[in-house]
Amino acid sequence: MLRILPNGSLWIIFSFFLGIVLSLLPLPVWADWFRPEWLLLVVLYWALALPHRISIGAGWVLGLLLDAMNGTLLGEHALAMAVSVYLIVVLHRRVRLFPVWQQAVVIFGLTLLYQLIIFAVQGVIGEDPHTWLYWAPSFTSMLMWPWIFTILRDWRRRYQVT
Amino acid sequence: MFKSSFLGLRLTVLILCSVVLMAFDHKQAQFKQLRSALLTVVSPLQIAMDWPVQWVTWVRANVSSQQSLIEENADLRAESLYLRARLQRILTLQDENKNLRALLQSASPIGEYFSVAKLLAVSIEPYLAQVVLDKGKQHKVYMGQPVLDAKGVMGQVVHVGALTSRVMLITDVHSAIPVQIARTGMRGIIVGNGPRNELQLIDVPDTSDIQDGDLLLTSGLGLRYPPGYPVGTISTVSNPVGDSFMMIKVKPTAQLNKSRQVLLVWRKSKATFREAENSLKQLTQQRQHS
Repeated sequence: MLRILPNGSLWIIFSFFLGIVLSLLPLPVWADWFRPEWLLLVVLYWALALPHRISIGAGWVLGLLLDAMNGTLLGEHALAMAVSVYLIVVLHRRVRLFPVWQQAVVIFGLTLLYQLIIFAVQGVIGEDPHTWLYWAPSFTSMLMWPWIFTILRDWRRRYQVT
Repeated sequence: MFKSSFLGLRLTVLILCSVVLMAFDHKQAQFKQLRSALLTVVSPLQIAMDWPVQWVTWVRANVSSQQSLIEENADLRAESLYLRARLQRILTLQDENKNLRALLQSASPIGEYFSVAKLLAVSIEPYLAQVVLDKGKQHKVYMGQPVLDAKGVMGQVVHVGALTSRVMLITDVHSAIPVQIARTGMRGIIVGNGPRNELQLIDVPDTSDIQDGDLLLTSGLGLRYPPGYPVGTISTVSNPVGDSFMMIKVKPTAQLNKSRQVLLVWRKSKATFREAENSLKQLTQQRQHS
């Protein structure tokens, strides 16, 4: 039935959907600052595992969607997403061989870069966040990576997403 | 090897695309239509995200005991009675005001009407002073529409989708409201100070009569917010040395991060409003020419 979408595309789309839902999920105000960059993590996983399918183009479009939902400048999240995904695609052979905790460190760096780009753009238009808490998602994203990695790898193997 | 040789090229193109998009989005007003279209695309998702929260509220309302419901009902009845009593007084005052204005031969103020909207329980980046409402173009929400809550001015609509709309709160750095101090009638402008739940009254000379606790009302001068609604109370006043303006912090009266229900405001007579807007435009043009 699902032959139209080859090799488990549906699962990739579903994971993106989950990432979007998690980033929209309402949280108490204090917890909002610590929300991991769910969608970025999911995109980075697929770019790491299947760089020939999910690459900077997909990242850019999903980033644009984030912009639309957040009301930020159009292209802001898209730019940050494309740059982070670019780096993971370039490094994917090396990063794949790393143990998971070492991958988490790489993810930390990429999330930090992602946040830095958004911070810079917000600064240019004069809306920069005034608190150090802004950088917390880099740490929480790093902590979430092993779980995301394990779950999505499991999906990829079970549903033969190639 | 797959198309990795083009990867750098593709990235460059996408970066250029993003930069151009951002620049246009920041400067061009026409882009607002694209924003509205995009908001319409994501609005089903936003509405869907709100369901669980609604469901929890519904369940909570259903399992709450009869006793507490009876108590709540009694409280609401008492409040309604109290508000009605005050309304009677306001009605006579309004009449009196109209007559006095007729005597003075000045135009009567433009009325407004309201509609209740709900904040959608969707999260946006915590550093943005914005909220999402469950009403959109379908419900005749328009760009720049003022939004109030029970205690004061909340902000204005900045993007209108078909089913949802986005409101810029008064604490946003891009927000400015012309106000009047209720006690003295002095006019000023309140600007947002970022999402720290704090406002600033700017460009007030050192010698002005301003005290802690003064209430600030909208003056209606910008023709965006209706006149006479509370915006904030003055929390701290200080005189920085060597500066000819005072540093005045204002606490918003609206419960910016607590309200779930808000009021959307429409003007009653659009003709009068448009007239006022046109004459204001002419005035500014004349000033630019001279």
